[in-house]
Amino acid sequence: MPIFTYREAIRHALAEELTRDPNVVVMGEEVAQFNGAYKVTEGLLEKFGPQRIVDTPISEAGFIGMGLGASMLGVRPVMELMFWSFYSVAFDQILNNAANVRYMSGGQINCPIVIRGPANGGTNVGATHSHTTENVLAHHPGVKVVVPSTPADAKGLLKSAIRDNDPVMFLENTMLYGLEGEVPEGEHLVPLGLADVKREGTDLTIVTYGRCVHHSLAAASILEKEHGISVEIVDLRSIRPLDIDTVLASVAKTNRVLIVEEQKPFASVGSQLAYMIQREAFDELDGPIHRLCTVDAPAIYSPPVETEQLPNPRRVLEAALRAVAGSE
Amino acid sequence: MSNTAASAVEPKRASAPAARGPATSAPVNAALSRDAKIALFRTMLRIRRFEERSLRAYQAKKIGGFLHLYIGQEAVAVGCCSLMGKHDHVITAYRDHGHAIAVGMELNPLMAELYGKSTGCSKGKGGSMHYFAPDKNYWGGHGIVGGQIPLGAGLAYGLKYKGLKGAAMAFMGDGAVNQGAVHEAYNLAALWSLPVIFVIENNGYSMGTSQARSSAGELAKRAEGYGMEHGVIDGHDLYEVRAGMDKFLRAAREESKPAVVEIRTYRYRGHSVADPDNTYRSKVEIEEYRRTKDPIQVFQNTLLVEGVLTDALIEQIDAEARAEAETAAEFAEVSPYPTPEDIQSDVYWEADNPSQRKSHGRLFFD
Repeated sequence: MPIFTYREAIRHALAEELTRDPNVVVMGEEVAQFNGAYKVTEGLLEKFGPQRIVDTPISEAGFIGMGLGASMLGVRPVMELMFWSFYSVAFDQILNNAANVRYMSGGQINCPIVIRGPANGGTNVGATHSHTTENVLAHHPGVKVVVPSTPADAKGLLKSAIRDNDPVMFLENTMLYGLEGEVPEGEHLVPLGLADVKREGTDLTIVTYGRCVHHSLAAASILEKEHGISVEIVDLRSIRPLDIDTVLASVAKTNRVLIVEEQKPFASVGSQLAYMIQREAFDELDGPIHRLCTVDAPAIYSPPVETEQLPNPRRVLEAALRAVAGSE
Repeated sequence: MSNTAASAVEPKRASAPAARGPATSAPVNAALSRDAKIALFRTMLRIRRFEERSLRAYQAKKIGGFLHLYIGQEAVAVGCCSLMGKHDHVITAYRDHGHAIAVGMELNPLMAELYGKSTGCSKGKGGSMHYFAPDKNYWGGHGIVGGQIPLGAGLAYGLKYKGLKGAAMAFMGDGAVNQGAVHEAYNLAALWSLPVIFVIENNGYSMGTSQARSSAGELAKRAEGYGMEHGVIDGHDLYEVRAGMDKFLRAAREESKPAVVEIRTYRYRGHSVADPDNTYRSKVEIEEYRRTKDPIQVFQNTLLVEGVLTDALIEQIDAEARAEAETAAEFAEVSPYPTPEDIQSDVYWEADNPSQRKSHGRLFFD
């Protein structure tokens, strides 16, 4: 299988869907002439021209809303947010219009739009640029939320998202753009709502997604070698729809759960998961569900300390040991 | 019926002047057949009688939430929407009943929507502020002030992208002009020459705050900052609305030129029915508008002068409009409510089309 970076995988998904469907357009700040703030869209302008690859002004409410309006007429816009953190200025468009129009029209109107961009901390850009928005987005029925962790998943999920008739929020990660991985050749689609067991194990289930999958994999290999603990890692890949069945199957196997997420603790994705696991697999649990989150404060700038605010392999390792020991 | 004192179709009370400006002979109006003129009059009257009937239903507690009445502004929606061609589109804010009727939606499903019934145009899921009819190029009915305006620019973007010769009319109230999203849409429309007309229905008040107390400068003139065409139209005269809008619509359709148009109008009722309407304007002001500028009365007198309408015909059209509104209320009354099971349909396309669903996993949570 060929090896591509996460960035290239996303670019390939865009190029393939632009080629397949003339209704697909890519829009956002710096996506065309500048080749993308993170170079995800590099070369697309040259290949597809300015009608399909469109630079927008810094005007998120305007261009996200405009994309939504166009999607109601059957255009399939893939809108780039330079950072998902900037969703706050387009919040009304996303959560009142994208999420609600189908419902308020009694099912008469679809908004087949994809909004994509990075949503992560870890790059020392401070509190305004480090939001992880998946819990807030997933709170709103009507939108779908995807957070891929590998190049193959990023490509396959983005292609599915672009073909989806519902609005899909696609959350990438600047720390993963350079990550390499095998990507299947040919048409590669990963359906939304299907979790992936990234590592099999018997003693502890780590439920996670996005960059935390990699922190968890790093921790799992130390846990195996140095502590003899066998960890199973379930990568959700998609937050809404949510593949809870794969999570519950893993819990039934290991009987212990640690949720790892780059989220602030209050009302996080993990909060929802913990509720569902205790509700649907209470008898399978040998101990309380554990959770590792971002330390509960706005994102700190100080580079070495930000690493400690976020989940990292050492913090995952320590949290896993606590979960297995059943201690706090 | 408390509202008949100022009824528009009592010729004896009609002191509003007939239209006699140059708009009367504008080609778009000169081309109207007798039947077409009667149809325009009828549509305005149907809007008014529908809303008066809905107000009574609201007062009888048949309708929940807000009810933002369009009474007094009818010539704006009817004038603008009467100019729509196959590829022209409309989107508006929450004062959306007039536009819905003007684009051709039936009164029964509109009234049933107000009653929260499953036979409503949005199956009882949208309510008064959220009427939609995509089959009639009507894209809502939006509740957040100014939030629909970027969508309107997007409709225009979609037209242009698909190479269709059409225009989008994005309606807003005068209170919306200070929202950031509106200015972002202005910029995009001008930057990319999108075929969209931003129509400011200026009824003088953003809820209870007068224009003088909320907006600096002249509303349409703000277009100049974006290099866009702009204009001001008398919204009390249907011919003026049609003649003025026709010019901008043609420029949009044929040259993909956006514009900002302010149409001056007036609402007789409060911001919503819940607004007691006694703090920010005088009864004298309202009565003066009713007496001298009522859009239905102005057009009625125009058509009387033209010999298109007769008192007998007016009475007949009015009786039919009242009966139609009454029938709609009866239809709404006897229609069933949606069921609790209906709450979770029409959320996701995939959930409503399970045989075509490609995703896995849970879409809904409890």
